[in-house]
Amino acid sequence: MSTTQDPSQVSQFDLERTPGEGGLGEAAAAYWERIKGGDLGSLPAILGVIVLVIVFGALEPETFLTEQNFANLLNQGAAIMVLAMGLVFVLLLGEIDLSAGFTAGMGAAILGVTLTNHGWAWPLSIVAALATGVVIGLMIALLVARLGIPSFVVSLAFFLGLQGAMLLIIGEGGTIPIRNDAVLSVMNKNMPVALGWLLAIIVIAGFALAIWRSAQTRRKAGLQAPATSVWAAKVVALAVVVLVVVFLLNAERQRENAPIVIQGVPWVVPLVVALVVGLSFILSRTAFGRHVYAVGGNAEAARRAGINVPNIKTACFIFGSTLAIVAGILLASRDNSVSPTTGGAQTLLYAVGAAVIGGTSLFGGRGRIYDAVTGGLVVAIIANGLPLITQKSGVQFIINGLVLLLAASVDAVSRRRAAATGH
Amino acid sequence: MAENGGGQLLSLRGINKSFGAVHVLRDVDFDVRAGEVTALVGDNGAGKSTLIKCIAGIHPFDSGDIIFEGSSVHVHGPKDANALGIEIVYQDLALCDNLDVVHNMFLGREVRSGVTLNETTMEKRAGETLKSLSVRTLRSLRQNVSSLSGGQRQTVAIARAVLWNSKLVILDEPTAALGVAQTEQVLNLVRRLAENGLGVVLITHNMADVFQVADSIACLYLGQMAAQVRAKEVTHGQVVELITAGRSGNLGLQPQVAAEAGVA
Repeated sequence: MSTTQDPSQVSQFDLERTPGEGGLGEAAAAYWERIKGGDLGSLPAILGVIVLVIVFGALEPETFLTEQNFANLLNQGAAIMVLAMGLVFVLLLGEIDLSAGFTAGMGAAILGVTLTNHGWAWPLSIVAALATGVVIGLMIALLVARLGIPSFVVSLAFFLGLQGAMLLIIGEGGTIPIRNDAVLSVMNKNMPVALGWLLAIIVIAGFALAIWRSAQTRRKAGLQAPATSVWAAKVVALAVVVLVVVFLLNAERQRENAPIVIQGVPWVVPLVVALVVGLSFILSRTAFGRHVYAVGGNAEAARRAGINVPNIKTACFIFGSTLAIVAGILLASRDNSVSPTTGGAQTLLYAVGAAVIGGTSLFGGRGRIYDAVTGGLVVAIIANGLPLITQKSGVQFIINGLVLLLAASVDAVSRRRAAATGH
Repeated sequence: MAENGGGQLLSLRGINKSFGAVHVLRDVDFDVRAGEVTALVGDNGAGKSTLIKCIAGIHPFDSGDIIFEGSSVHVHGPKDANALGIEIVYQDLALCDNLDVVHNMFLGREVRSGVTLNETTMEKRAGETLKSLSVRTLRSLRQNVSSLSGGQRQTVAIARAVLWNSKLVILDEPTAALGVAQTEQVLNLVRRLAENGLGVVLITHNMADVFQVADSIACLYLGQMAAQVRAKEVTHGQVVELITAGRSGNLGLQPQVAAEAGVA
């Protein structure tokens, strides 16, 4: 839009103006302006969640809209979300890691073999699995960033290679059971009710404090900061979501006078929250994170600014593979076992879909860690709700494919729109 | 060729540079004075870009001396050039569209407090720098660069170059892609840089720009410095002749040399 403006019209000196300083109305107007300009952010994912919940809720109120199913859904989605977080790092560069699914499988396999077959202590097994992730990420990065092979090809080769390595480690057709309580409890146990509430309060208070402090720092420095009403609106919005989620999860979810009580926030939830907070901090508050966006936005500009582009790429691929391993550990914990198909089938496409639906661009330079969570929720709801409606896996495959295509189209269209309107 | 000594900021003496068998720069001498705009002109392939990339440390020279602020220096990479106070604004701007104005201005040289970025300090310094250049055309320092017009982007790129107490700013065709009003804005900014005491090198194909802002004009002809002259002492036509033929009257290369260069 500013490209068409006459220079005399934009000459008002307004350098300190920041969106949101004028209160809620202005913040909303600025947000609407961004959306019109093609920067949709999390909007498609949030709309997706709402629409899907209404559709599945209307079609299958008895099975879909239950506390039990809600907890299930988070468990199903957790591994996808973590895998997608890793892919956000790679996608931000404008690269892709097609091997992430089987990297997750590899992590599960190493965990299974060391825990069950060799009787290692579980922390040691997890460290071994994570170290494998670092090595896989490093190898992919060396080939992509130093040798210059397209990441599409390198990760496709790793996709096949890792699948083979998993078969060799696990043995053809074999399945390794996981019996370690610590590993199993991540996906199968819940936090005590009180601890769940405590976690909710910590998250809300932490968020409120963090954005309050950043606004204060700006005011002290003489810069304009968002108005208190904007701050309050953000905090209330987060508080409502968090409290509703914790309330639903803390409710008794066993039906029909079952002998045992199942309630509480699954242990995987605080793990995902911690990853979101930690990784978001790295991407948005550190120089490294800034350099990741710069490399994804314009690698040549980054290079000329003195940023070591191969190093940044290497770090991102290592983040991607290591988070994939974490996702693999979650898969193993959920399935209580590891098989050569762990991390296979649609796992990777679900994760890529999650990142893209959440708002991470396939073209690089745009994306956030919590995209993986919002997008992961959409994917998990589809994966959870579809089998309730139709048993035909053919239909399910086609619908999943269409959703991925839709997300990629939204990405491409918003990118074109952004280029056209200059946002 | 060297002009009256005072205020000499950068002097290149006898610079040679080859890419493989191609001898791109031959015994080039070049002078930039502080507080002046020095236009570097020449036809396509004359070696302008190679010369500034050598000054910026992107390509090493094969032979020759760089004298910066009176002492001989060695530039082995972009960081060395930056450390000396040499900043270069590339034709394609080298801005990241997906980052905002502040982030672009501090790209690669972020101000940190501990492990975190010090956003407030960066935003304040960016604002002060833009104010010192009397830039009034940006609505917000936090808008993404993709939302800026060509002239505004050029402004951000130039402001980034001045942010670091730089002494020499090299601008590679800053007005090439701009409309009339925006060209005027950028040329005013270029003039202001020189008035603030910086040495400015302006690469351009536009003779009108040259005569509007330049104090000194250096003409490259097929890798040789045809002449470096005061802008007031030459005419438009003479400069065009220097660019196209390497000589104009008693200015420029000797006829024999110019002809040989043409053959080579």
